[in-house]
Amino acid sequence: MADEFLHIENLVKSFNGNTVVKSVNLAFNKGEFVTLLGPSGCGKTTILRMVAGFERPTSGTILVEGKDISPLPPNQRKIGMVFQAYALFPNMNVEDNVGFGLKIGRVPRDEARARVEEMLKLIGLSGYGKRFPFEMSGGQQQRVALARALAPKPKMLLLDEPLSALDAKIRVSLREEIRAIQRELGITTMFVTHDQEEALSISDRIVVLNAGHVEQFGTPFEIYNRPTTRFAATFVGTLNTLAAKVIDPATKSVSIDGQIAIIPSLSSAARSGDAISLTLRPEAISLANGHARDIVLDGTVSEVAFLGAVIRLKVNLGENALHLDTFNDQHSPPPRYDEKVKITFGGSDILVLGD
Amino acid sequence: MKRSKLWAWIILILGALYFLLPLVATLLFSLSIRRGTYSLDAYTNVVQAPAFQQTFTFSLVVGVATIVVGLLIVVPAAYFVRLRAPQLRPIIEFVTLLPLIIPPIILVFGYIRMYNSSSLLPLTNTALGTNILLTLAYVALALPYMYRAVDTGLRTIDVQTLTEAANILGANTLTILVRVIFPNIIVAVLSGAFLTLAIVIGEFTIASLLNRPAFGVYMQNVGANRAFEPAALAVISFVITWIAMGMIQLLARFAPKTAPRTD
Repeated sequence: MADEFLHIENLVKSFNGNTVVKSVNLAFNKGEFVTLLGPSGCGKTTILRMVAGFERPTSGTILVEGKDISPLPPNQRKIGMVFQAYALFPNMNVEDNVGFGLKIGRVPRDEARARVEEMLKLIGLSGYGKRFPFEMSGGQQQRVALARALAPKPKMLLLDEPLSALDAKIRVSLREEIRAIQRELGITTMFVTHDQEEALSISDRIVVLNAGHVEQFGTPFEIYNRPTTRFAATFVGTLNTLAAKVIDPATKSVSIDGQIAIIPSLSSAARSGDAISLTLRPEAISLANGHARDIVLDGTVSEVAFLGAVIRLKVNLGENALHLDTFNDQHSPPPRYDEKVKITFGGSDILVLGD
Repeated sequence: MKRSKLWAWIILILGALYFLLPLVATLLFSLSIRRGTYSLDAYTNVVQAPAFQQTFTFSLVVGVATIVVGLLIVVPAAYFVRLRAPQLRPIIEFVTLLPLIIPPIILVFGYIRMYNSSSLLPLTNTALGTNILLTLAYVALALPYMYRAVDTGLRTIDVQTLTEAANILGANTLTILVRVIFPNIIVAVLSGAFLTLAIVIGEFTIASLLNRPAFGVYMQNVGANRAFEPAALAVISFVITWIAMGMIQLLARFAPKTAPRTD
């Protein structure tokens, strides 16, 4: 690809015989914001640290603009990085922190001063130059850390869970700010997080990782709506799983808690009597208040969670329990606990997943 | 007052008397050189004696040299142990405790045996060589205090993340140590330095057996030959030690603040 920037090829990392990154292949485009998403221990931070140069790959190559950077130490890679714990130098004020990379790179003093000013303006902290890290809030410190990483004009930016140590409210505003700055500078960015909402909201593409390997690599829309593996589907968003039994493969009919439903996406290899799992997102299901879709099932409300704009219901269908989201309607109150309801969803909303 | 609180006060007062009474007695005795009145004559005699100035200066210079050499060894060692080889920490801690277990007299006989005039490295052949040996002996003696002070300082900062942050910004190991790590543990380093100085200023055994004109040796000589001046010297050395301890407390206020914030 012409604008390919970072190319990771067969990357493997083992610690004392324990392989934590298993032959990972990834390609980032120039200016792209890519998130490595996965649970603790999936290898996402290890991949980022190998790109930074803090960990040496057991095997495989990391190419930046076609050049193998694996043999280079971190201080020669021209990569900027923001850490979870801010990592501002406590003995230096904001100006000196932001200007640290420029000083090390022997940038002339006037030029460095101008660059520091430019960076502080970019993060909205002009006039904070003389403050020390301990005099600033966590959100401000992390913005300074971002300015410090960007000041030496790195080729690439690495963000290692930069929002994890912050309060929920600051997290949302700062992630939007980070994304806006990244767009403005057009810098290729690798972002590591275990927070799916964070990943879905700011990424151009997401790499879903599990146990050291890539489960899926795609846009947030693809990852959420067309997960290719069960792990990707269950890790990103909420997923309902319904136990069903095939009745007649020819008519694609199945039985869910004794209720018959036609599933258009039922595999042709299915045989009568097979136990199968049907999966679908909460927002794909609605209450059949006079507008039935392909499939309508009877159930009993077992939980009602009023979340403001959205109401999340749990509906039991015999052994099965389904979560469904409906928008709050001030003219019609939500069903009550233990109320009998009809739920409905489209046949095409059912996800067919590989394991 | 509660019974337990009363006992606490009694124990505290008894402890304070045990420590303070000899000091007060020494102070009063040092002021009693003239019959029937208090005077600072003993202090004047001590301070004006050329031997006092020479030995004090000598010990001060050796103390500063000990601090410099000690820091050059301890800071990088503690940093690398914390960063790269944390599994070695128990071993290093044990090694740094050895000078507390081995009496100085054993230490100095070992040094003399290893570095005497007929050895491969005859440091005791010259005054300079012996001074170097004395400094190195003091470095070993101060190791438990110096290492612990530096290690405590390193514990207050996130050594690994700060190192990585500086490293990815282009800094090499020496720059990281000098510009990032050292300034952030300076208060701990200085407290180690003042402790070292306090030890070196009053040390007698090693200096005496290496035949160096140190302050501790001078104090012993004066103590053997005079009555009031040794008391004055004891008070002076106490004051020096207290100043050193006070400096440690004062400097702790200027430690870089690293408390994490989430807001």
